[in-house]
Amino acid sequence: VKEPLFQRLDNGIRHLLPLGLTLVLVLVNVVPTRLPGFTVVAPLLPLMSIFYWSIHRPDLLPSSAAFGAGIVNDIMAGTPLGVSSLIYLLVRASTTSQRRFFLGKPFFLVWCGFGLYGACGLLLQWCLISMVFGRLLGVRPVLFELAMTVSFYPLLSWLFARAQLTLLRRA
Amino acid sequence: VKQHSGTLGRLATLKQLAQRFAFLSLILASFILMLLGKADAVLVERLRLAVNDAIAPILDVLSRPAGGIAEVVGAVHDLAALRAENVRLAEENAKLMHWQTVARQLDNENRALRNQLNFIPDPDPSFITTRVIGDTGGAFVHSMLINSGSRDGVRKGQAVIAGEVLVGRIAEVGERSARVLLLTDINSRIPVVLEGARTKAVLTGDNSDRPRLNYLSTNTTAEPGDRVVSSGDGGVFPPGMPIGVVSSVQDGIVRVEPLIHRDELEYVTVVDYGLPGILPSDSPSDGRER
Repeated sequence: VKEPLFQRLDNGIRHLLPLGLTLVLVLVNVVPTRLPGFTVVAPLLPLMSIFYWSIHRPDLLPSSAAFGAGIVNDIMAGTPLGVSSLIYLLVRASTTSQRRFFLGKPFFLVWCGFGLYGACGLLLQWCLISMVFGRLLGVRPVLFELAMTVSFYPLLSWLFARAQLTLLRRA
Repeated sequence: VKQHSGTLGRLATLKQLAQRFAFLSLILASFILMLLGKADAVLVERLRLAVNDAIAPILDVLSRPAGGIAEVVGAVHDLAALRAENVRLAEENAKLMHWQTVARQLDNENRALRNQLNFIPDPDPSFITTRVIGDTGGAFVHSMLINSGSRDGVRKGQAVIAGEVLVGRIAEVGERSARVLLLTDINSRIPVVLEGARTKAVLTGDNSDRPRLNYLSTNTTAEPGDRVVSSGDGGVFPPGMPIGVVSSVQDGIVRVEPLIHRDELEYVTVVDYGLPGILPSDSPSDGRER
């Protein structure tokens, strides 16, 4: 049974939510906050979006979307092109393969899972960027960034869940 | 029915295969992009600039309320420290008045001496003051996006200052946006001199907020509190521009605390000193294409 045109259009726009949110977070990540000391350890917001949607709606955030968001992030953040896209692809693939484990589990467990994926992602990013630049980067800022990213996940996850409930409940 | 489900199964496997193929090719594409960025910088840079230019207006709008929030936070902060701040400012003002007198005298003396020597001054610099629309947070890259590009006269390699203090240099220039490489970035190298001892060194960023002084000659000692200014070597920055203060000397590693605070930068000034520069892309003739 085919749905009417308007409903299909409506659904199509709603289905853009995961990718749209990820792209918005890429932009928010580079907006100057002018908070002392915050910029250096700003949390990696897009990574949280990739993780959340890979668990809850991987059909709406295909590999190509993760790749595209990574490219835009690399360009905006000034990191070597291809690094973020690779990280996002890998996080998306590994999270999606484990989503049955995460679904319906207590939030704390999912949070730990995010910590693990975030740590692996940042470690890989550190290795890749060190390789591209040809010299070792400092580890301390990366650890701070990881801590910030992990501690911001509950807030962002709550926001994603609200957005999913309001816009994607039936779609 | 059996045949039907067989076709469906085959279709599903085919779909899965296609997905896996897409995933692997995207992974491959990421690596190719990384290599391309290393090998053919021009192509990748063009792509970056096109996207940056397209997103610059959005970032411009987004960065305005962010400034407002920071102002509110700052106002609350200031209110608490108002009295102490006042005392400090009064003291500083007295000190600065003294220095102003000294500077006037030196300026007069300098002019008189220059007249006697038939000194040829450096060309007058031209300025473009512009808004910071993006501050790329994170542990890996220290750079900023600004709201002017080649159409406003920004060129690669030009110095970026805030007040009188060096912030960094222009690394990429688009039509209406440009990227500033901060002096704390791991790819930043700035020829400097220790103001008191007149010893030359290279200020090397390492993505921490305190860059290192490298290539300092071994028989000189840097003390915490020594001022670090640009030396003008390499022809990218003019000599004598304040950069920072030596903050610590440990096991032969000298660290410098920059005078700029990245989070306070709302407007910066791009300065064209008319210096030829050492970077090949610095020459004004091919600056426009990049």
